[in-house]
Amino acid sequence: MTDSKNNNFLQSIPSGDSGGSTLFEKIWHQHIIKTIENGPSVLYIDKHFIHEVTSPQAFNGLNSRGIKVFRPAQTIATADHNVPTVNQHLPIKEELSRLQVEALKKNCEEHQVELYGLGHPFQGIVHVIGPELGITQPGMTIVCGDSHTSTHGAFGAIAFGIGTSEVEMVMATQCLLQTKPRLMRIVVEGKLKRGVVSKDIVLYILSMISSSGATGYAVEFAGSAIRDLSMEARMTICNMSIEMGARCGLIAPDETTFSYMKGKLFAPGQSQWDKKIEQWKTLYSDANSTFDKEIFIDAEAIEPWITYGTNPGMGIGISGHIPSLHEIEDKEKPSFEKSLKYMGLQAGNSIIGQKVDYVFIGSCTNSRIEDLRMVASFVKGKKKAEGVEVWIVPGSQQVEKQARAEGIHKVFEEAGFVLRQPGCSACLGMNEDKIPAGKYCISTSNRNFEGRQGPNARTFLASPLSAAAAAITGVVTDVRALMDEQQLEIAINN
Amino acid sequence: MSRAINRITSTAVPINMENIDTDQIIPARFLKGTSRDGFGKNLFRDWRYANDDEAQPKKDFVLNNPRYSGKILVAAKNFGCGSSREHAAWAIKDAGFDVVVSSFFADIFKNNAQNNFLVPVQVSEIFLQKIFLAIENDNKVILEVSVANQTITLTATGEKENFEINPYKKTCLLNGYDDIDYLLSIKKDIEEYELSR
Ligand code: SF4
Repeated sequence: MTDSKNNNFLQSIPSGDSGGSTLFEKIWHQHIIKTIENGPSVLYIDKHFIHEVTSPQAFNGLNSRGIKVFRPAQTIATADHNVPTVNQHLPIKEELSRLQVEALKKNCEEHQVELYGLGHPFQGIVHVIGPELGITQPGMTIVCGDSHTSTHGAFGAIAFGIGTSEVEMVMATQCLLQTKPRLMRIVVEGKLKRGVVSKDIVLYILSMISSSGATGYAVEFAGSAIRDLSMEARMTICNMSIEMGARCGLIAPDETTFSYMKGKLFAPGQSQWDKKIEQWKTLYSDANSTFDKEIFIDAEAIEPWITYGTNPGMGIGISGHIPSLHEIEDKEKPSFEKSLKYMGLQAGNSIIGQKVDYVFIGSCTNSRIEDLRMVASFVKGKKKAEGVEVWIVPGSQQVEKQARAEGIHKVFEEAGFVLRQPGCSACLGMNEDKIPAGKYCISTSNRNFEGRQGPNARTFLASPLSAAAAAITGVVTDVRALMDEQQLEIAINN
Repeated sequence: MSRAINRITSTAVPINMENIDTDQIIPARFLKGTSRDGFGKNLFRDWRYANDDEAQPKKDFVLNNPRYSGKILVAAKNFGCGSSREHAAWAIKDAGFDVVVSSFFADIFKNNAQNNFLVPVQVSEIFLQKIFLAIENDNKVILEVSVANQTITLTATGEKENFEINPYKKTCLLNGYDDIDYLLSIKKDIEEYELSR
């Protein structure tokens, strides 16, 4: 949480040209068109995802310049941030939300951009649909006007969030002006303990390096614990690289990546497949490549992790305690105290047993089918605690469809959980899915900022397993205490 | 009106808080506009008003304190982290600021700010604390920022620090150019690159 903690984990590597290239550099160099002297480089963008909230001003910009989207076939649109998660077949009630969604539709029509809007079988959170449709591929450059674009880096792609002016640039020219970030590698070695999943890894890293610990860096995640993760679990890690301040996060593609992609709708077809695999296999950091910074993490030191404060770097192990004031550096005391006051928590207290009012399982961090399966396998035969409201919001239409096909919705129903329709929902509280003021929500999303889930809402970030455990008990709970042997096995690798 | 920006001389508004994220700068529920204008009135919305009610300004928040005003916003480390929403830069600019001073900026925010001719001035932690102290002692203290010279000065004492700015971005700010103009001008190169792949 504090900068001084870093020293134990950081090992600076002298930069020098050793000849090898990192994964990031390989992709970067393939996409640079030219470099302005003493300035940024012109980076070519392979795929551009857009959504209703950060695109309207960019389309206006194009229209006022009298130009069209340059490469509409490389642009994919969906409506996710601001859509209702109930009754999606009815007109959107909230007028401003409806206007944004309508503007997207009109803009996409005018500019011939494919739109997976409400009601479309491919609609969903932009970072969930890209991978599940096979649009996201190794070696690509991918951008979107949303900071969690880093998710797509799990496939070995350079993927990052951009502002609306940049959305306009990519629409106009399929390019961006970018300076090369510094490079960091975070190596997680060893076997995860039982009950610990990928969300815990990334929350743990955040607590170690802080929410600005990787600002200015592209971060590659490596090591045996990362390799052992499924594709969806890897996405959870890359998703939250932005929470460390990183420009992007990426993981070298391997057999796990290839077998996930095979057969996906927009993945390369049979005739192209072998050739593509050959190319993708070259995407890794050479043994003699160098990073500006490396961090080593022991997977066995990680337990189920949870945040207690108002930035994602303020986390603790579930069995730990909220730091006492004397453990906090002077400079950070005002923010720390403001945070705890907002959260209504006491310094030095344990977090287990803290009351929870809402449980939100969703967002581009943890709303994929594996997340829902993990939760279902844990709650099967259990019931939610009295007074707790549990929302499960699938990441996409396809995730929802799959969950229903597997009977997962029944498990949720029996447990008293509500399965809603796909969208960003309570991750950012932009639609009506808001957590009421003063209430506590354990959430599988990625941000616990003040007001993120609604004015004065209080957020604990945790894994889907920890969220499910709290749903059953009504308080923050160490999920390991509630799991039987078989469930613990299922959790591993997720 | 030219967007070009060089010398800003003004009093400053201090928010001595670290890790100010873009959800604080402008909460998501105010991102529903489809133009770039009008976001200023919701700048720091939830810090500014109690119970989400404009009739209930929070007295202890600096934007509600008539003693502080100006074109320069001064904030502590890691300003603009979190969501990529450019609405954060629009809101700050729309509220009348031309400069944000901090000891550290989040990446995306910095780009967004520059693309909107809002100058992010990154100073050392020591100089930042000096500025906070100077404003605390005298709310009318004048800061001067020069993009051309890449300097920020506390005019009362003449204390000064240089700040970094990419030479390309500097040219853009000083002349009111934007990246899109440049990228459109090299379209031929882009098409050639596409053919060469
Ligand atoms: S789920 Fe949350 S973090 Fe993800 S894209 Fe939607 S709003 Fe952003």
